[in-house]
Amino acid sequence: MSSPSYLDAQGLRSWFLTHDHKRIAVLYIITVTFFFFAGGLAASLIRIELVTPEGDLLTADGYNRAFTLHGVIMVWFFLIPSIPSVFGNFLVPIMIGARDMAFPRLNLLSWYLLLGGGLFTLLALLLGGVDTGWTFYTPLSTMFSNGHVVAVICGVFIAGFSSILTGINIIATVHTLRAPGMTWMRLPLFIWSMYATSVILVLATPVLAITLLLVAAEHLFNIGVFDPNLGGDPLLFQHLFWFYSHPAVYIMILPAMGVVSELITAAAHKRIFGYEFVAWSSVAIAIIGFLVWGHHMFVAGQSMYASLVFSLLSFLVAIPSAIKAYNWSATLYKSDLTLHAPFLFALTFIGLFIIGGVTGLFLALLAADLHAHDTYFVVAHFHYIMVGAAVAGYFGALHFWWPKITGRLYSALWGKITAVLIFCGFNLTFFPQFLLGYLGMPRRYHSYAPDLQFLNVMSSAGASILALAYVLPFFYLLASLRWGERAPMNPWEAAGLEWRVPSPPPAHNFQSPVTVDFEAYDYTEQARRDPL
Amino acid sequence: MTPSERHDAEDAAEVVAPFVTLHQQQHAARLGMWLFLASEAMMFGSLIVIAWLYRLTHPQGVAEAVERLNYLLAAGNTLALLTSSLLMSLALVACKHGQGRQALGYLLGAACLGGVFLACKGLEYTLEYQEGLLPGFGLTSPLQQPSARLFMNLYFVATALHGVHLLVAIGLVLAVAWRLRSTQLARGRLQTQLEMTALYWHLVDAIWLLLFPTLYLIGR
Repeated sequence: MSSPSYLDAQGLRSWFLTHDHKRIAVLYIITVTFFFFAGGLAASLIRIELVTPEGDLLTADGYNRAFTLHGVIMVWFFLIPSIPSVFGNFLVPIMIGARDMAFPRLNLLSWYLLLGGGLFTLLALLLGGVDTGWTFYTPLSTMFSNGHVVAVICGVFIAGFSSILTGINIIATVHTLRAPGMTWMRLPLFIWSMYATSVILVLATPVLAITLLLVAAEHLFNIGVFDPNLGGDPLLFQHLFWFYSHPAVYIMILPAMGVVSELITAAAHKRIFGYEFVAWSSVAIAIIGFLVWGHHMFVAGQSMYASLVFSLLSFLVAIPSAIKAYNWSATLYKSDLTLHAPFLFALTFIGLFIIGGVTGLFLALLAADLHAHDTYFVVAHFHYIMVGAAVAGYFGALHFWWPKITGRLYSALWGKITAVLIFCGFNLTFFPQFLLGYLGMPRRYHSYAPDLQFLNVMSSAGASILALAYVLPFFYLLASLRWGERAPMNPWEAAGLEWRVPSPPPAHNFQSPVTVDFEAYDYTEQARRDPL
Repeated sequence: MTPSERHDAEDAAEVVAPFVTLHQQQHAARLGMWLFLASEAMMFGSLIVIAWLYRLTHPQGVAEAVERLNYLLAAGNTLALLTSSLLMSLALVACKHGQGRQALGYLLGAACLGGVFLACKGLEYTLEYQEGLLPGFGLTSPLQQPSARLFMNLYFVATALHGVHLLVAIGLVLAVAWRLRSTQLARGRLQTQLEMTALYWHLVDAIWLLLFPTLYLIGR
């Protein structure tokens, strides 16, 4: 390799004051991995508690604090920043032929905000914690909760700015820094999904910010805007909260969808089926995603007519989602498939996403939701999307781009074993929860009726497999840094600009300015193309 | 070197990585700022939606609260803020014509008017505090209806948040003015910074133009 890689510079300053999008991505990997394990520990506590019907490991209040810690950390400090901040940072500039993100200093600031907000939140959650759940519903959070509500809100508020700045950065980068010839319809689909995600980050996060600010003002100074004593409307809080938090689910799943589009084409060695449809379906999901928040309040006293409209709009999300799933499948048809580890993660994603998506339709149906609302059916549904699918997408991305990021190859066999374990462990953990919810087991209780124990034990057993599968990569990926073979430029024989620069890439990504004269996923030409 | 070549050379010196051309760099700065403004608009938009919703559900309580607000001081403040926005625009025009001194004067004028706004707002809060209208300070509120106090809570949060934004905007204007003081001719990055600051200033002004009728005027 003629020019030094981005990893060559030594010393703490070269990391903590870096403006290089690739180094910032590495900082993010370390950060979100830490929060993933912190949130995972709380999940383990929950599943161990639920092995027996009695509340024996945790008190009722301790259980509330455990699932709040789990939810807050996983949602805001792992799932939301995971793919956009790690892989969005690393890949967006390289995929569009740019040297860096549009605002490199802002990019570094985003990381500090996430880290600071996250550590602050974690500290508050450990030193006493919060019993409100990650949703902070009023009036519980404002008038009755005696945990560190305001401290946790502050942490989330700070992390929100990290989201907004990352979103602004990605949109501005895609608009202004595309290489000559890189038209919108030549962008990799990962870029389309990052773009759609960023629009949600920029427009939805400020609504959460102001809502949490109002909760904090009410909790701290008794300046209540939702206070029912004054005629304030707690349902209004739910509207504002879900106006952010429903689109937030798409912040988690859209990037994973973009990753899967990359993994599927790389495994099939062929152009994706229906590029335009997959690209625009990301935009469609982002737009429709803003109009469905009311389906969280079907039983909360919302107007029936509002519920009808929200139900219909929620069904509409299925259309662009199905377009993606069908087009991925169609891409595989008659292709020259390679069954490598990232591809198995992509299949895991598709399988879990379809189960999570279809059960979402049950919940969008007003009559069915009446029965399943606030039960484990809901818990299972959203975990299939936010955890099963989104984390499979994150791990798929990690396995696919690891050789590019680190310059090392990991054990292919362990990668495949992990993908299969995640699929099996996940289904064993969460499928029983659909049945539990259907049988009427409510969410957020540390004890339950004894006849539900069998399914709960199954779920906890699955969780132990899942925990193992989530921890495994930590070891073999780290081991690859020391003992792994050096990665070639293009280990998967994949198309895309990132596979035409050395692994790891040089500090400025490209030796000379790039000009793009080929389409996305150009597998016919790609084999003959030279390194850039 | 012809003048146009000299301009090109100066432009090239203004471009920082990862950008290749000055045009690209300015495009990114503008886009980034507009996106940030969009997020600010969503934030204050939520507050305004809450206010309108409570106006619909508690018309009498809101009327009682609105009756007590000092709309004359607020109207004066609106005038001050509108004038400051005009000065910001003039500063930008002056800067584009290379009249650094004049731009500096306009900027300081705008910052002063921003200070006047905050001073008036402080006066308003003081008067309201003496009447016991401000929430969370212990004095018994003269407001009869609970929903009137609810609206006062919202008024206080919204105007305080707006005040914080104005304070930030004044800080930004002073920072640009400080950089402008030594140069007669502002080009490239400084001009972009001034433009971005002006955008932010106008947003803070525009938010006030929506808050003023929403909180003080409608239903008097």
